[in-house]
Amino acid sequence: MGAAIESSSEKIATRAAYGKTLLELGKENKDIVVFDADLSGSTQTKHFAKEFPERFFNMGIAEANMVSTAAGLAKAGKIPFVSSFAMFATGRAWEQVRNSVAHNHANVKICATHSGLTVGEDGASHQIIEDIAIMKAIPSMTVIVPADSVETEQVIRAVAEYNGPVYVRLGRAAVPVIYDDNYKFEIGKADVLREGTDATIVATGVMVSRALEAAQIASSQGKSIEVINVASIKPLDTETIVKSANNTKKVITAEEHNIWGGLGDSVASAILENASEKVSFKRLGVNDLFGQSGKAEELLEHYELTAERLLSLV
Amino acid sequence: MSNTVQTNLNLVKEKALEIRINSLKMIHAAKSGHPGGSLSIADLLSSLYFGGHMKYNPQNPQAEDRDILVVSKGHSSPAVYSTLGLAGFFNIEETINFRKLGSPFQGHIDSIRVPGVEISTGSLGHGLSNANGFAIAAKLDNNKKKVFAILSDGELQEGQSWEAFMAAAHFKLDNLVAIIDRNRIQLDGWTEETMALDSLEDKLKAFNWNTLVIDGHNPEEIDQALNKAYELAAANNMPVAIIANTVKGKGVSFMEDQVSWHGVAPKDEDLAKALEELK
Repeated sequence: MGAAIESSSEKIATRAAYGKTLLELGKENKDIVVFDADLSGSTQTKHFAKEFPERFFNMGIAEANMVSTAAGLAKAGKIPFVSSFAMFATGRAWEQVRNSVAHNHANVKICATHSGLTVGEDGASHQIIEDIAIMKAIPSMTVIVPADSVETEQVIRAVAEYNGPVYVRLGRAAVPVIYDDNYKFEIGKADVLREGTDATIVATGVMVSRALEAAQIASSQGKSIEVINVASIKPLDTETIVKSANNTKKVITAEEHNIWGGLGDSVASAILENASEKVSFKRLGVNDLFGQSGKAEELLEHYELTAERLLSLV
Repeated sequence: MSNTVQTNLNLVKEKALEIRINSLKMIHAAKSGHPGGSLSIADLLSSLYFGGHMKYNPQNPQAEDRDILVVSKGHSSPAVYSTLGLAGFFNIEETINFRKLGSPFQGHIDSIRVPGVEISTGSLGHGLSNANGFAIAAKLDNNKKKVFAILSDGELQEGQSWEAFMAAAHFKLDNLVAIIDRNRIQLDGWTEETMALDSLEDKLKAFNWNTLVIDGHNPEEIDQALNKAYELAAANNMPVAIIANTVKGKGVSFMEDQVSWHGVAPKDEDLAKALEELK
């Protein structure tokens, strides 16, 4: 169980934690090389670029070439971190991720920022809500969505250690810090942030803090809600999720992603295949709609990715 | 890049013939595969592996001082597997199981299953990017190894190829030689009718590459072009493209320049006729 700092009002973007951790890793491991596609200021790889210009490659606005080039470096023994906006790193370059990277078991880390609706004002062309679906469908691909800055640092360190292709989904907007420094992330493990008996919210990314908020409000109304943070979407911690589902018999998933193909579908499959109890199940996500321009916070309200909406489902 | 390589041209010719013969036997046994593009690169592969241009170690395929070859046209797997078998990476007899369930010899070249294959390809347009990655890694390590890439001409219709040409020049990858198998035929017909590539040399020059144009079936010209490529790259710190004018299906009269032999297996009588010609 993670150490949740529920009273914290501090907000940090996961991309900021990524940039900071990448810089630290660069000092520790000379095999780490970083690629960006003309977005190093936004993705925060600029910090690594400034310190290690010889190991940083700005590939220009050419994501397909960037991903396949990284695969070549990985086959030569390097550990490439590849960054762009999630829309382009996973969408534009999907086929390169599939064939150049995953099919070659190439040790490439696709760490993409600006995922989901919380990209904000740029609007639908940049708000990818399909990336979890298209990345997890690739055989052998690991898919991780950190919930806050502390977890992001842990995730980036864990994926650098792990030998194999990984997709890490990061965000633009500042999000509440949930964890303290004692937290330890592990690939394939979910984290029960709060125990409860009446329902389980299984959340990922920006929705984790909202799930905690919902659980807190529910508690004042006499309802006991369990909250599980699933950062490791693939591999999925089926054991932890199914155990909770069997206990509470009611599961709601929450994600800043299309309801089709995201965390919800993975959790639904895990429960259908493994739960011994009859479990009621609901998904909260983007309801098969494209996003639009607006502030991150406003968009989450507009598309009902809120604690209030979660409360209405428990 | 290193200096001029001394080449035994007779050995190169002999091995090229063996690559052609084994490739056709593989495709015949599999009843599927790509004879045309395998025959068109047989002389290029033979020069690289048996003309002394590539440093490799079949006992230690991942040896740090080895040179790298990326074959972007992964469908020419019969020629690649035949070459690696002849070079001693595995028993060439095993390649007869090409394209069969459980065989390491997948339809398109596979780096996980076959020693000596540096990176799996098959989806066209990836290979030059992959080769750029190897070339960048070698530079980071101050490793003097050479990186070669064999590209098809048809795959240059993929936009990614040009992203990669642009990047290789931008990063001054003077340890990279790309050889283009300019056989002028793709699956649906002539390249110039399907989606014109000419003038290919002008395009590459405009992308700041050194260029050489040769007969891709003449071992002496291939040998000289490779030696010239190392010189050019060292002189201006830019990558080199060798446009190798080739004939699809080269060596078998009824397959030469025939679109229909891009991806069709020879039947028993076709194989017998082809082997008779190649003897």
